[in-house]
Amino acid sequence: MSETTYRAAITRAMADALAADDDVFVIGEDVGAAGGAFKTTDGLFERFGGERVLDTPISEQAIVGAAIGSAIQGLRPIAEIMFADFAAVCFDQIANELAKYRYMTAGQVTLPVTIRMANGAGAGFGSQHSQPAENWFLNVPGLKIVVPATPADAYALLRAAVRDPDPVLYFEHKGLFNLKGELPDAVPEVELGCAEVVRAGDDVTVVATQLMRHRALEAAELLAGEGISVELIDPRTLVPFDLDAVRASLERTNRLVVAQEASPGGSWGASLVSSLVQEGFELLDAPPLLVAADDTPVPYAGPLEDLWMPSAERIAEGVRATVAF
Amino acid sequence: MTTTDAGTDVALERQLDFLRGMLEIRGFEDACHRLFAQGLVRGSTHLGQGQEAVSVGACGALREGDTMTCTYRGHAATLAMGAPLDRAFGEILGKADGLCGGKGGSMHLTDVSRGAMGSFAIVGGHLPIAVGFGFAARYKATGAVSVCFFGDGSTNIGAFHESLNLASIWKLPVVFVCENNLYGEYSPLLTTTPIERLADRADAYAMAKAVVDGNDVLAVHATAAAAVERARAGDGPTLIEALTYRQKGHSRSDPAKYRPDGELEAWLERDPIALHERALLAGGVEQARIDELRAAAERDVDAALERARGWPDPAPESRLEHVYAA
Repeated sequence: MSETTYRAAITRAMADALAADDDVFVIGEDVGAAGGAFKTTDGLFERFGGERVLDTPISEQAIVGAAIGSAIQGLRPIAEIMFADFAAVCFDQIANELAKYRYMTAGQVTLPVTIRMANGAGAGFGSQHSQPAENWFLNVPGLKIVVPATPADAYALLRAAVRDPDPVLYFEHKGLFNLKGELPDAVPEVELGCAEVVRAGDDVTVVATQLMRHRALEAAELLAGEGISVELIDPRTLVPFDLDAVRASLERTNRLVVAQEASPGGSWGASLVSSLVQEGFELLDAPPLLVAADDTPVPYAGPLEDLWMPSAERIAEGVRATVAF
Repeated sequence: MTTTDAGTDVALERQLDFLRGMLEIRGFEDACHRLFAQGLVRGSTHLGQGQEAVSVGACGALREGDTMTCTYRGHAATLAMGAPLDRAFGEILGKADGLCGGKGGSMHLTDVSRGAMGSFAIVGGHLPIAVGFGFAARYKATGAVSVCFFGDGSTNIGAFHESLNLASIWKLPVVFVCENNLYGEYSPLLTTTPIERLADRADAYAMAKAVVDGNDVLAVHATAAAAVERARAGDGPTLIEALTYRQKGHSRSDPAKYRPDGELEAWLERDPIALHERALLAGGVEQARIDELRAAAERDVDAALERARGWPDPAPESRLEHVYAA
């Protein structure tokens, strides 16, 4: 057991995947000699060489297409799209080619592609480098979506993504790269689609991912002092989504708050609320609440960006209102 | 610029195979046209009458293990890789035993077992994937070559440039075959593209290039064979521009009234099947042999269609399969 940053856990997961399987390779912009724009591939080029850790031109469509073609031929590419916002310039490759290829050929191809993207707001990168982009892909069947919040999950879920036979979009939150946590020397395998109960509680179920998980935990500790007992669940993967874990919690708490960094429209939080209203209405003693970002692009200035995304205090406020209903 | 004399080194039997292949594809496309008129095909289809020599000539230069990717006008290339006629018909008719179980349709004919890795309906969307096949071949040192067909219209989309650039800088074994049929959907090439010779775009990527008469199957074959050999030898990709003509409109809803008077007639004079038959006759092949091939091709197409029409619809639950492998 040792303390590791979220960033180093990602690097170690790639190193271990490269060491374990010659079919694994890493491809992206500046992932090689430069060690990655966020230093997440630091040392991989030196250790595994330029044939397995490949710098590309600034060509996101070619990066994803190269991953698709090589995966069909039995390789296991880990493609990096530097900022998740850049997924928009290769949206065709992800949404039309990668996601639909297996279906429209009736299973003639298998696509073990992992695409890593740096996600999320809070670091002052402005509108085009900050959007939590995972929701763009929720309405594209054929993709799996992974959103780790801790070093241990960052490691285990990246290994699971590379092992998985299907396309996996793996979002790394920029605000968590320096977060430290325990990472065992031998990390147990985690399957995609298993939520984690981060904190047990009785009065209200809070569901949150990535940066919001940490803010929700802060809120829960604050609320504990006020006599409100929060159960915090991190789904860890959005597709597949562990709805059973949320339902099981709601059977005891009967109150739901979702804390989500992104704007509300067409989001996983909105989908979760919708699913539980349709399929778990009898469990709810209060209207479910989605605490989300403003319905605007991400602003630049620090005070504006701080207001844009939910704070621990805003989450706590939402929980108080839901419990008081 | 490479120019090639028509395939003097291709054995006569092979030349006759090329004719047979083109005749089957023509029969297949004509049958699709009729099936549409009868309301038996859904959505749209994009026929390739007049362009058969490009598919047959280039795919004829491949060996087992090589891969081919093509566009929504991809019946010809998929059949040229050896996909069975009946299962191709079955797919277009939406049958359970179609190549893709009825989930792909006319625009997505795929037969991975034959190296026909897919037909793609987003213009230019498959070029990056063809680069991926080339990359895998190099990574695993299989010696395989990735051939990618696309239309003139694809040369104006971003994915074309990203793909040629990456294939060139990494010297990947990819042969890009541009079927220049003079029209991008309904628009004449010269209204959308500032250069006439699309192969010249290779210069921007320091890539080898060739222009070939796309209606001459032996010329296409020779040009493609040279590019495939270069790719296999590790000498990098080639951009081939095959000059050809789309005898029908863009899709079934397009009567192609925008074509200038006389253009179609002039190209029909240079129909690839007629050209090849004339070459064979000039080479001493008996007319009777050609008639036999025509009759056999027609028989096989008719029988394949008959079989496919008798197949069942896909099982309702099959629609939920193949979204994920696990």
